[in-house]
Amino acid sequence: MSELLGRLFSFEDIGELLGVPFVQTALIACAVLGVVAGVLAPLIVSRGMSFAVHGTAELSFTGGAAALLAGVAVQYGAVLGAVVAAVVFGVLGLRQRERDAVIGVVLAFGLGLGVLMLSLYEGRASNKFGLLTGSVVAIDTANIAVLSVVTVLVIATLAVLYRPLLFASTDPDVAVARGVPVRMLSLVFSVLIGLTTALVVPIVGAILVLTVMITPGAAAARVTANPVLATVLAVVFAETALLGGIVLSLAPGLPISGYVAAIAFLIYVVCRLVGSRRRAVSVA
Amino acid sequence: MAAPPTTTPGVPTLPVTAPAVSLRGASVSFGERTLWEGLDLDVPPGEFVAVLGPNGSGKTTLVRVLLGLLPLTAGEVRISGRPPRRGSPSIGYVPQQKALDPDLPLRGRDLVGLGLDGHRFGIGFRGRRERRERVDAALAAVGGTAYADAPVGRLSGGEQQRLRVAQALVGGPDVLLCDEPLLSLDLSHQRTVTRLIDERRRAADTAVLFVTHEINPVLPLVDRVLYLVNGRFRIGPPEEVMTSEVLSELYGTHVDVLRVRGRLVVVGAEDHGEHCHEESA
Repeated sequence: MSELLGRLFSFEDIGELLGVPFVQTALIACAVLGVVAGVLAPLIVSRGMSFAVHGTAELSFTGGAAALLAGVAVQYGAVLGAVVAAVVFGVLGLRQRERDAVIGVVLAFGLGLGVLMLSLYEGRASNKFGLLTGSVVAIDTANIAVLSVVTVLVIATLAVLYRPLLFASTDPDVAVARGVPVRMLSLVFSVLIGLTTALVVPIVGAILVLTVMITPGAAAARVTANPVLATVLAVVFAETALLGGIVLSLAPGLPISGYVAAIAFLIYVVCRLVGSRRRAVSVA
Repeated sequence: MAAPPTTTPGVPTLPVTAPAVSLRGASVSFGERTLWEGLDLDVPPGEFVAVLGPNGSGKTTLVRVLLGLLPLTAGEVRISGRPPRRGSPSIGYVPQQKALDPDLPLRGRDLVGLGLDGHRFGIGFRGRRERRERVDAALAAVGGTAYADAPVGRLSGGEQQRLRVAQALVGGPDVLLCDEPLLSLDLSHQRTVTRLIDERRRAADTAVLFVTHEINPVLPLVDRVLYLVNGRFRIGPPEEVMTSEVLSELYGTHVDVLRVRGRLVVVGAEDHGEHCHEESA
């Protein structure tokens, strides 16, 4: 038991490891990623799009696998898969029931297709599972450039669309009545989700995208109803999970996704506890 | 922003200024099917008009026309003298109450604020103080200050509808468009919401178009009724429209309007209306 714990939590040579260039690249990448994911998370939660994000991530995996098989850079396939999936889910609109079923159907098909294509791929095995579980080694300086461009794009778009997007996400009926272009916003938001998901997938893996894209937003929503504060908290939570995940995963040499997921979950549990307390106080 | 009221509050006025809502020969059809045609209606500031009719008679379509979401097939529509347009500040919209996610990250004051500038692009850093003052005033006017910072999804249906009224009024509209705002509210909350709407129209001369399937909760406030049935309609004071003769003619079948302890009970209308709707759909 203590052996296992020792293997999971080790800080041997951590100072040295933090000085390694690829680790620093990874830290920068995750810091940038935390901002985008955190900014989007409360809106995703408000729109009830958690499952759509999960589906987007799986199809990003399918796209990546297809690219691998075709001999194209994995990132392009991942971005294409994610954006196409996100747009399809975005077009489905806000009608939850219908959307859930369609996402389930498409997700299952995409995942199956991805697994099949991975099996057909005859290259290095580590490439195969990198997309599913993620790895910090996947990040190089070129990725950072792409990451930064996408981040600026997402933040700029949100800056322009924030109010109508918040309106359409939290109060769609009245937003429609007030002339907010709800459908168009839904599409734009989906593209933002697709782009961001495609960036998160290689780092934390397709199956754990939700720990960065949903959990911080869900946790923030438990402790505050102020949309701006929720966004700030979600960014802080996403940063804590991502950067903390890297630091913890370094010495043991294990994938960061498990650590990121664990930290994000812990934050969520704490927020739930704080939130239930808050409710008790407000009722009294 | 909306023009300040030009008349003395509380005093019933004649439409000397532009009517708040004006429809001239208005028609809407979808393909073969005409919902209503030749609709003429002038609603002066401060008037309370109830819009009644069975499902599928075009009440929602009228709402959409006034909100500028749907063009008329023929005729003309004006809101305070101007054609309706999306996001117009001259119109406030109160929807029916709907359950909200208790964890929705939105406070009462955010909901009201969205009614003011939620349709605008940009972050809106300018005029934040003024925005806050207006939102606070709208919240205070509906008695919602106490729960302004609570998550909207955790409030009762009645509290949510109060916020909805504040959300609709915060922009200072000339017309308040209410689309079944009392649905799924209990009696005391229905009274609160109708009282708030009535207070506002008296204080600020806001015209009210109140779409409802049930006239009784608003009967004491109603100046005129617009009753729509399958392309036919009748406009007039409730005592003229809500009679067995008029409704029988509108529905094209025998309908009884009974007065029971100050309430109006319409017998034989809804069933037939639904039936006709199915046939024509």
